[in-house]
Amino acid sequence: MLDLLGGFIAELRTAGLPVSLGEHVDAARALESIDLGDRELFRAALRATLVKRGEHLAAFDRLFTLYFAPRLATPEPEPDDEPHVTAATTTRAPAGGQSSGELRDEMLAAMMANDGAGLQAGARQAVDRYAGIEKGRPVGAAYYLYRTLRHLDVDGLASELEAAFTPENASPLEARLAHDQAVEAIDGLRDALEQEILSQLVDDRGVEAMAEATRRPLPEDVDVMQANREELANLEKALVPLGRKLAARLAQKRRKRRRGPVDVRRTIRESLSTGGVPLDIRFRPPHPVKPDIVVMADMSGSVASFARFTLLLVHALNDEFTRVRSFVFVDGVDEVSHLFEACDDPTEAADRIANEANMVVADGHSDYGRVVEQFADRYLATLQPRSTLLILGDARNNYHLARSEAFAAITRRVKRVYWLNPEPQGYWRSGDSVLGEYAPYCDDVLECRTLRQLETFVMGLS
Amino acid sequence: MSALDPREELAQRLGLSAAPAPRFESPEALSQALTARDYLSSPAIASVTYLADRLAKPLLIEGPAGTGKTALAKAVAEASGARLIRLQCYEGLDEAKALYEWNYRKQLLRIQASGAAGVDQWSERESDIFSEEFLLTRPLLEAIRSTKPVVLLIDEIDRVELETEALLLEILSEYQVSIPELGTVKATQIPMVFLTSNNTRELSEALKRRCLYLYLDYPDVARERDIIVSRVPGVSEALASHIAQVVHSLRQMDLKKAPSVSETLDWARTLVVLGRAELDDALVNETLHLLLKYQSDLEKAMRALSRPTGA
Repeated sequence: MLDLLGGFIAELRTAGLPVSLGEHVDAARALESIDLGDRELFRAALRATLVKRGEHLAAFDRLFTLYFAPRLATPEPEPDDEPHVTAATTTRAPAGGQSSGELRDEMLAAMMANDGAGLQAGARQAVDRYAGIEKGRPVGAAYYLYRTLRHLDVDGLASELEAAFTPENASPLEARLAHDQAVEAIDGLRDALEQEILSQLVDDRGVEAMAEATRRPLPEDVDVMQANREELANLEKALVPLGRKLAARLAQKRRKRRRGPVDVRRTIRESLSTGGVPLDIRFRPPHPVKPDIVVMADMSGSVASFARFTLLLVHALNDEFTRVRSFVFVDGVDEVSHLFEACDDPTEAADRIANEANMVVADGHSDYGRVVEQFADRYLATLQPRSTLLILGDARNNYHLARSEAFAAITRRVKRVYWLNPEPQGYWRSGDSVLGEYAPYCDDVLECRTLRQLETFVMGLS
Repeated sequence: MSALDPREELAQRLGLSAAPAPRFESPEALSQALTARDYLSSPAIASVTYLADRLAKPLLIEGPAGTGKTALAKAVAEASGARLIRLQCYEGLDEAKALYEWNYRKQLLRIQASGAAGVDQWSERESDIFSEEFLLTRPLLEAIRSTKPVVLLIDEIDRVELETEALLLEILSEYQVSIPELGTVKATQIPMVFLTSNNTRELSEALKRRCLYLYLDYPDVARERDIIVSRVPGVSEALASHIAQVVHSLRQMDLKKAPSVSETLDWARTLVVLGRAELDDALVNETLHLLLKYQSDLEKAMRALSRPTGA
C-alpha cells in the first residue's frame, strides 16, 4: 500500500502538484486509521491530505482514477488475435446475449434515471464491444473513446434524451432545461466511457505508462499558444477568479506600502509633549499611485488567443489602475478602449473586437513597422509620461521593415515599456522576428506563455 | 511499526490522561447527525469532516460564497453537542483580538490599590499582575482553555494579512498557545477546528500544510433539491426539483456571480409565499432578480433561458 501511495504521490508531483513530505506522511497516517474497504473514504482521505488548491482537484481526480480504479477481476486469459467485435463480447460481458440495440436502450434508461452504477456497467459493455482495444498497441484513449461514441451514435442519444426530458407543449424554459439535462447526461456518459477505457488500458500497459501518456499540464501551466479549444475555455474560466484574486492582492499591497513623507506639522505638535524634542516622527498617509496602463495587442492569428487573455485580465483589474487604454493591431492599429467601457462584461468586449476594430489596412499579415508608425502618428500625443506601455506580440514581422525609430519615439513618451512575448524564449530573434530591433527600447522583454507567467507579471506591475 | 493513533499521540503531547473518542463513529453516522440538524451533506463532505475529527486535524474549507461552509461548522457543533467559538477574520485582526490581551486597566488598579511599595517588592508585584486573573481571553485562547468540547470556527481566513496567519500556526498544529509571561497553555480536550476561505487570495503553504482540505462546490441537482425540501417549509417536491434545475442551468452559464445556495432558498421561499406550485416562464422572468444581482447577468440569463437550444 505504501509503495502504491509513494508512486501515486510521485506522479502527482510530476503533474505539478506541490505535495510536501509532511503531506505524504499525513496521507499515510490517514490511510492507517480508516477502513480501506470504504472507497469513498479512501478517496476523501487522499484528496483532503494531498491536494490543497481547488484548481488541482481535477488533476488529482484524473490520476486517482488511473491508480485506484476498480480493476477488472480477471485479466483476459485468451489471446485475442483478431480484435473482432463479436469475439470481445463472447469472452466477457456477463449479459453477453444482448443485441446492440438493447445495450443502447439500457444505457439510455440508466442515463435518464441518473443511475451511476447502471451507466458504468453499460459503459463497460459498450467499451468491450465497440472500442476494439488491442493489447499492446500504443493508441491513445481518445481514439477508443471516439470509436465507442460513434458506434453508440452519441448525437442520436443526445436528441433522444432531450426529447425524453421535454414535457409535452414545452415552454422555452422547459425546453432549455431539458437541453441542459441532456447535455449533462451525455457528459456523464463520456466520462464513464473514458474511465472504463482508461482502466482497461491501465490493465494492459501499467499505471506508469498510462499516467505518462495522459499527463496534462495544470491549468496555470498550459501553453496558451498550443492550447486546444477545451483548454482555452478552461483558461478563460480561470481568468475571472484570477482577476479577482489579483485585484485583492494588489489593493492590499498598495495599502501596506511604505508610509508617506514626514508630516512636519504633526511631528512638531507631537514634540510639544516632549519639550520640543521630536521623539516621535509622524508620517503622512501614503499617496496611492495607481499605474496608468496602455496595452497594444497583436491580434493576428498566431497570437490572438494570448492577446485576448491578457486584455481580459488587464480589464478585469480595471479598478486597480488609473486608466487602461487598449489598442489592437494586425497591420494597422485601432483603439478599442471604448468597447471595454461600453460593455459590462470584458468577455463580450473581447468578442466584439474582431468585428468592430479596424486593425487590418493592407493584407492582414502582421506588420509591426507600419503599426508603430501609425501609432506614433495618431496616438503619440495622448500618451502620458506616467503611463506603462505593454506590448503583446511575437514580433514576427513577415519580413517587413521594423522602423524602430518610430518605436523609440513612442517609448520616450512613456514611463515604462514591457514587451510580453508568447513565444518560447529559444525562438526569439530567429526567422522574421524583429524583437531584437525593438528590445533595446523596452525596459524588459518577457516570455509570457502561461497564466502563471502572466500572473507574476501583473503582480509586479504596481 | 509503533505508529500511534493520531488522536492518542496528540493526547500524549497535550498531557491528557486518555484520548477523547472521536465525535462520530463513521462518515455515515456523521452524515445522519448532520441531516438531523437540517444540513444535507454529500458523501465527500461527510468523509472529509469525519477524517478531520478522526485525525484531530483542522479542516480548511474553500469554495464559492454561499455553499454552506460556515453552516457546516455550525451543524457539526450542534450535532456533536459542542460549544461553537467563532473568530470572524478581517483585515487588521491582531493578536490582542484573536488570542489574548492583558487587562491593563485592572493591572493599574491593582498596583494603585496595594499602595506605594519599595523597589524590593517589584518582582513579587510583577508576577502578581501578570497572572491569569488579568488575562482577557479572546476566541482562540478561549477555545484552547475550554474544558468542555468546542468547535472552533475561524471564518474567512483569507481576509487577514499573510503575516497574521502566522498567529494561527501554533494552535493549528499543537493545540496550544504560548504566552510569554505565563508559559504555554495547552488544550485540555481536542477542539475541532474549521477554517473557511472564499479564496480571494492564496493562503500560505505553512497554513495549508497543517490542515485537511475540502473544496465545497455548488451542490448537484439532486442534493440541492433535497436541501430546498428540508429548509423551505411548504415547498412541493416537484417545485423544488424544478427550482434546482433552473438554478443548475444558471450556474452553467458564464455569469459574473452565480446564484448561491442561500439565494436559491430565498427564491424558493418567495415562490412558496406567492403561493405558486409550479414554475412557468413568466414567473421565472419576474422573480429572477432574487437569484441574480447584476443587471448584465439578469439580461443574459433571460435571453438564454428563453432560447431552447442553448447555443
